Amino acid sequence: MRTARVAVAGAVHSARPHPQGLQLANGRVFAEHEVVWLPPVEVGTVVALGLNYADHVKELARELTVTTRDEPLVFFKTPGALVGHRGVSRRPADAAFMHYECELAVVIGAMARRVSRADALAHVAGYTVSNDYAVRDYLENWYRPNLRVKNRDACTAIGPWLVDAADVPDPQALALRTRVNGQVTQQGHTSNMVHTVAELIEYLSGFMTLQAGDVILTGTPEGVVNVNVGDEVVTEIDGIGALVNTIVGDDAFGR
Amino acid sequence: MNSPDLLSFAFAPYRLSGMVVGALLNHAPQLDALGDAVRQPPHKAPPQAPVLQVKPRHTLAADGDPIVVPAEAGELEVGASLGIVIGRVACRVQAAAALGVVAGYTIVHDVSVPVASHYRPSVRLKARDGFCPIGPRVVPVGDVRDADALAVRIDIDGVTVQRTTTGERVRGVAQLIADVSEFMTLQPGDVLMLGAAAGAPRARPGQRVAITIEGLGTLRNALVAEPGALA
Repeated sequence: MRTARVAVAGAVHSARPHPQGLQLANGRVFAEHEVVWLPPVEVGTVVALGLNYADHVKELARELTVTTRDEPLVFFKTPGALVGHRGVSRRPADAAFMHYECELAVVIGAMARRVSRADALAHVAGYTVSNDYAVRDYLENWYRPNLRVKNRDACTAIGPWLVDAADVPDPQALALRTRVNGQVTQQGHTSNMVHTVAELIEYLSGFMTLQAGDVILTGTPEGVVNVNVGDEVVTEIDGIGALVNTIVGDDAFGR
Repeated sequence: MNSPDLLSFAFAPYRLSGMVVGALLNHAPQLDALGDAVRQPPHKAPPQAPVLQVKPRHTLAADGDPIVVPAEAGELEVGASLGIVIGRVACRVQAAAALGVVAGYTIVHDVSVPVASHYRPSVRLKARDGFCPIGPRVVPVGDVRDADALAVRIDIDGVTVQRTTTGERVRGVAQLIADVSEFMTLQPGDVLMLGAAAGAPRARPGQRVAITIEGLGTLRNALVAEPGALA
């Protein structure tokens, strides 16, 4: 089953796919563009991974001091970073390099504390898609990756659907890609993750209690390129969904 | 703690949101002590924007809650920080207007497994369950004359081990709010940590830590060994 959270007709609703777009629990049907898409769950803590695809590690090898054998590179986001499907993300005028990152997002369903990788996936409610933008111009070598790069308002898109874990038999068997204005610019496969979803849950739950609604963004494969104001960026994972985001400039925010 | 009544108080916004973000290396003497290392690899340049960390909801704890010392750590670093409680939505706030978005102040115990690196230390060291006690109360902004000049004291087992102030910061309260809200909007009930002073003391399992900030009270938490760990 897949579910979305949308705002329409003066309220927030749960919705499911429908041939004409989506259908609310109360029966009403809307086209995709008639609703405001919110993050598909009420998100708790957002845990994000850096450098979790072998090919992406190779891509960035020149500037890296990590190897794939290291402990997972984890950072956190705050709620204001999130934006739903068909939302917009701001590209600062002074930035020369802002790139998308297509990522499998894992939504925790059951509290997880010190779970083994063998039991880990039983704690997953489902999966969705994320686009974890980075503004690389602001990267500083202090407590990397610093928040100004990775925790900007509405620069982490998530959605459109939460796909039940039962419908995703193997989260390490998913092809993913990014299209910028229709052109494929990034392609990868979750089988290339350095640390699998189950391994990440084992690792994280060893020092932090994962709770229902917590989300793990599992990192991105190679193929990150700059995006510009006006670009439509679609991050897509087979069987999970296609998440649309549009880049807007400072002027839209009165800057 | 993770309670829906997370540190509620009798004035707007009445309770904390659970979002805690904090400055690191914000004490000028601490940054100065790094000397030329700030220009050497892996840093290559001194920090420009505020150096920040997130303390997610699983780290939050209350006055009196025990802090679990992981078996492999032995001791923990006690970071005593002023907690700035946001009262109004803060987006691109100018420093001159920044105190207008503050509801009040509290004490945050920024717990960490000791780590020398400021480059890319693992969150496993700083964001463990219960590693962010907050309290004991929120004091209204109007009751604090100058948040950038409050006496801060850390006592371990009743002995004072550090006396500092909230001053000497790279960014004081107003400038920190301005520079953070430039790229991330702060919401009512969010807590922004001003950041601890240099020379944070360490404590071991069995010890009682008390952080006192002038006018804000005392935040008390005892350290306990991880179950199964050797004493």
